[in-house]
Amino acid sequence: MNRFIAFVKKEFLHIFRDYRTMLILFIMPIAQILIFGFAITTEIKDASIAILDKSKDEVTRELTQKLLSSGYFNNDAYLTSESQIEPAFNDQRVKMVVVFEPEFGRNLQKEGTANVQLVCDASDPNQARMLSQFAEGIFASYASQGVVKGIQPEVRMFYNESLEGVYMSIPGIMAMILMLVSAMMTSISITREKEYGSMEVLLISPLKPLQIIMGKVTPYVMMALINAVSILALGYFVFGVPVKGSIILLLMECLLFTILALSLGILISTVAKNQMVAMFMSMFALMLPVILLSGFIFPVENMPLPLRIISNIIPPKWFIIIVKTIMLKGGGLLYVWKETLILIGFVVLFVTLSVKKFKIRLQ
Amino acid sequence: MIEFKNIHKSFEDVHAVDDVSLRIEEGELFGFIGPDGAGKTTLFRMLNSLLIPDEGQINLFGLDPVKEYKKVRQIIGYMPGKFSLYYDLSIEENLQFFATVFGTTIEENYHLIEDIYKQIEPFKKRPAGKLSGGMKQKLALSCALIHKPRLLLLDEPTTGVDAVSRREFWEMLQKLKEKGITIVVSTPYMDEAGLCDRVALMQNGKIHAVAPPSEIVSQFSDPLYTIKVKNNYKSLQALRQWEFCENVYPFGETLHYLDKRNNVSADVIEAYLSSQQLTFDKVEMIQPDIEDCFIALTHNVG
Amino acid sequence: MDKKKVITVENLVKKFGHFTANNNLNFHVDQGEIFGFLGANGAGKTTAMRILCGLSSPTSGKVEVAGFDVSHQAEEVKKRIGYMSQKFSLFEDLSIWENMRFFATVYGLSSSEFKARGEDLLRKLNLYKERKRLVSTLSLGWKQKLAFSVAILHQPSIVFLDEPTGGVDPITRRQFWEMIYEAAENGITVFVTTHYMDEAEYCDRVTIMVDGRIDALDTPAELKKQYNAASMNDVFLALAR
Repeated sequence: MNRFIAFVKKEFLHIFRDYRTMLILFIMPIAQILIFGFAITTEIKDASIAILDKSKDEVTRELTQKLLSSGYFNNDAYLTSESQIEPAFNDQRVKMVVVFEPEFGRNLQKEGTANVQLVCDASDPNQARMLSQFAEGIFASYASQGVVKGIQPEVRMFYNESLEGVYMSIPGIMAMILMLVSAMMTSISITREKEYGSMEVLLISPLKPLQIIMGKVTPYVMMALINAVSILALGYFVFGVPVKGSIILLLMECLLFTILALSLGILISTVAKNQMVAMFMSMFALMLPVILLSGFIFPVENMPLPLRIISNIIPPKWFIIIVKTIMLKGGGLLYVWKETLILIGFVVLFVTLSVKKFKIRLQ
Repeated sequence: MIEFKNIHKSFEDVHAVDDVSLRIEEGELFGFIGPDGAGKTTLFRMLNSLLIPDEGQINLFGLDPVKEYKKVRQIIGYMPGKFSLYYDLSIEENLQFFATVFGTTIEENYHLIEDIYKQIEPFKKRPAGKLSGGMKQKLALSCALIHKPRLLLLDEPTTGVDAVSRREFWEMLQKLKEKGITIVVSTPYMDEAGLCDRVALMQNGKIHAVAPPSEIVSQFSDPLYTIKVKNNYKSLQALRQWEFCENVYPFGETLHYLDKRNNVSADVIEAYLSSQQLTFDKVEMIQPDIEDCFIALTHNVG
Repeated sequence: MDKKKVITVENLVKKFGHFTANNNLNFHVDQGEIFGFLGANGAGKTTAMRILCGLSSPTSGKVEVAGFDVSHQAEEVKKRIGYMSQKFSLFEDLSIWENMRFFATVYGLSSSEFKARGEDLLRKLNLYKERKRLVSTLSLGWKQKLAFSVAILHQPSIVFLDEPTGGVDPITRRQFWEMIYEAAENGITVFVTTHYMDEAEYCDRVTIMVDGRIDALDTPAELKKQYNAASMNDVFLALAR
């Protein structure tokens, strides 16, 4: 036991002595949540738009009303002709112009489709895309109310309409940070010992392989949990995101996910020869799938079928579902037991694999 | 007693250790002398149980490193070629860590490392990464000794260390030997051979000779001449052209020359050099050193 | 015989803050000489060599290399020197030929010059058939020989060697020194920095640096006589202890 404590102490010293590690461990989570939080909530609030209504019927009036009452848009001006669009943009105030075609309401009723043009100021392409998507979403939800058929509802907008951005991003950021801290940092710190040659000495010491592995991961488990708590606290105090369900359950799930990520990190370190390889493997094998396939940024429902199938073997996907359910919907273990079981399954798989691969010898 | 019996080890297509058999007695200071890639590190890793031989047996004080690796690992103090210290931990923290890991305390075995550790103790708060080569080496040795091993296994401990530190290091090893610890050391420096009780000359995975250094030198029977010339390059070319030349090679400022004939005198060689219009200082017969022996032993192989 | 001086160092001082790395160095090196620059780790060898290579400017003093002042004409100096170090010399993941072409291009060899000299060199080293092999698959001895050949491919006036022959077997090491002799014979000055005293024995003249000063400068034989020592190692121990 003494040996084990000495080992853990040494790991903490490594972490505290390296300011880059400290930066990744503590500053990055905070920076990320602030960036994601503010970027998503504030940008689409009261954006100025202009309306060019060539139809001026009941439907267009209703749609305009919906747009303006959504809280995302502010009407800046009613235009009367297309020649006014460019000057409106040049004013720098108007970000988007909504152009209803003539006979909009009649076309919609008669043919089931009608054209509306969204002209955006694309000098800020991100914002332009967001604005157009939001507007599209509003139109889609109008269409989906059953008044007309033949228009595909835009799922993404439905999402963002019902949830503020930061609500959505907190589970994703949690998954990402826990993955980063746990998997990347452990794999790097184990490969570092290999690279410097100290692993040889550890191996021939009376330390058991399990002690070496546990000694390596214990500090990171603690770090990861501290991070999880600080993300939740930031979400609550800065963005007002409450935890509706049980905090204990949420933290237990975080712990489970951390262990999963750690076992992945150990698995990577048994394969990677040096720190650089370990870092790239963690980046490409773990971070990118978390970001792209877990539903963190792109909703799984919107993905093509092959990617949707692949997303099932991405552990963070299940973790994000769990966190969303507990945090936002207030669901208990009853609602997430299936996902929890899946995570446990992954843990068993990865731990078995990595303990098997971790060798007591060099080759 | 440590015994290697017909040890083979290959990595893919490289035969790293090729049929090595030898005995090291308890309490001996034994050196493996050979260049990079000779197979020294592989041999050491099989001895300390980190690698398993493809063929052959190792007996380490009655233990089998393959089956009884746990016991073997307890009695070895190992210093790998790369410095195995934690650069971000201080001298004291490094030593403390290795002591605890090996289930002992600094106090318990302080008497063993006292002579060495005293020299670096004034800097004990300094991170290991900021130490000079010689100091790192002393710390690494202290860490390897802290659990009072029966065998000290040092893989190229003096590589990259300056001459003064090297000398000090060998003096430390002599003192440890007096305390009854068996020491097995590897080095690429031929001049360190003389500091060992016995040496094995090793190249390309093979052992070319095992004997006390003095015996290796005395086994060298051919007359060896040292030639001090003005122009080494031209003289080398000229001597190689000579029909009686067995081998000639630069040796420091001079050339070392071996003749095919048994009874040749310095005069004959001087006469030849003169005939080639080469300016020379003197030609003398000398005693070979370990490096000459190594060259003679490996000359025909490679 | 009147020889041309290719390196002249007069009253060279280099300070880093309060720390004096080079304390008033004075020496010169002749054309075609093999000059050993010795010292313990941290004695100031690396600092001095960086200045000679034009990588760093002296705090005061005059340093001329290949006829150019290193403080003001560093670029001219760099064109006329070659460099090889044991730590890095060739790109492991490039082939022999690719390495040669890269360094030749860096030193401004035209492609016809390179082709002629490069093929010549490969034939001399007996590596022509192997030219497409990755450097990482060569043995240390071959890497060192190749690295040295590449460092003098552009026919510099001086080649700087940083601990060139550590770790190789005695026979390969001697083949390497023969290559150095040959280069010196062809008029290239060879400047060797090392803390391996046995490498020093092969030099025409050596300096020994201790704590930023030059404590000795002579032929190895003279130094051994002066300090009544059997080897350069003993000379060094006498000076450094």
